[in-house]
Amino acid sequence: MSARKPYVRPMAGWWRRNPYYVRYMIMEATSVIVAIYAVILLIGVWRLSQGQVPYEMWLNSLRQPLAVVFHGFLLLAMCYHAYTWWKVLPKTLPLIHFGDKPVPGLLLSTAGWTATLVASAAIYATVRWCGL
Amino acid sequence: MSDATKTIEIEVLRYRPEQDAEPVLQTFQVPFTDDMSVLQGLQYIKDYLDGTVSFRWSCRMAICGSCGMMINGKPELSCKTFLRQYYPGKLRVEALAHFPIERDLVVSIDDFVEKLETIKPYIIPREPRALDAGEYLQTPAELAQYEQFSSCINCLLCYAACPQYGMNPSFTGPAALALLHRYNADSRDGGKAQRMELVNSEEGVWSCTLVGYCSEVCPKGVDPARAINMNKTNSALDYFLRFVLPKGTAK
Repeated sequence: MSARKPYVRPMAGWWRRNPYYVRYMIMEATSVIVAIYAVILLIGVWRLSQGQVPYEMWLNSLRQPLAVVFHGFLLLAMCYHAYTWWKVLPKTLPLIHFGDKPVPGLLLSTAGWTATLVASAAIYATVRWCGL
Repeated sequence: MSDATKTIEIEVLRYRPEQDAEPVLQTFQVPFTDDMSVLQGLQYIKDYLDGTVSFRWSCRMAICGSCGMMINGKPELSCKTFLRQYYPGKLRVEALAHFPIERDLVVSIDDFVEKLETIKPYIIPREPRALDAGEYLQTPAELAQYEQFSSCINCLLCYAACPQYGMNPSFTGPAALALLHRYNADSRDGGKAQRMELVNSEEGVWSCTLVGYCSEVCPKGVDPARAINMNKTNSALDYFLRFVLPKGTAK
């Protein structure tokens, strides 16, 4: 008879075992925030389709102090999400070589972060310029 | 051990299947010098303090892949990790996470070995090639496409880093999928169609959620997370191309 009795360790609470896993869980949780924000914008589009008054009501609801604080939180989470989105980008791309040197992942991530900042600034400038 | 004036506390997770219902920690006081690895600390314990402590090791120079274990909760090669890094604190040594413990620091790796077979880890020539056709020629650019993935030593630190494997052991896992890519990306190989079936399956790349810790812990600079996630693109292409190409292998 075999004396083997392999012991399988439980996985409960695995994500608290390592700071790396905690950061991963925060990254995943910010996807929910992105979805919430998308729903808020979709409601705006839906209200706009109902006419000017419902749309103004939606805009007013966003000006409530609680809504402003909530949007501050959403913005922070979106920023973290954008940061992690580009951070993992190099893991999803085929190996790219420039000459015979591999293109470093940090360079690709930095290009993404820069594009995000430029696009955000451009949208913000356009919105201000339109007087919204 | 001329200047062994310092002593460090090492906690070892013991599991003796004949007497322990579950693993228990045992503490040892180990004199050490600055050049001593954690593996040498364990060897000191086995030689002088408790001969029953079990652990695997072979080369002592980070190439055999035998001595992987959890050191203060991180997957590390114990021969490549030094006691001085933890002094004056203590360190806790446990069997590699996500694998069943056989005894003390020895885990059962049968599951990985079976998975390694399923990825066909060898070059499958495109067509039969006679010896007098000479060697295959490969450019440096072609070599660069797979070289880093061929550095895997099967130490399984990446499996111990992967919570998806811990929760779902049917996942093929980082090292096996990185090696799968190593052969698919080799210009001499013609076996990609055979391997894509596994890549596309539930147990293939789609069980990965890009935690990314596998690539952080690899002691040989392999990037399994990249091998897996770039193959999600290949898998999606393979899925859609079967509608336009005959004899697609996706099921």
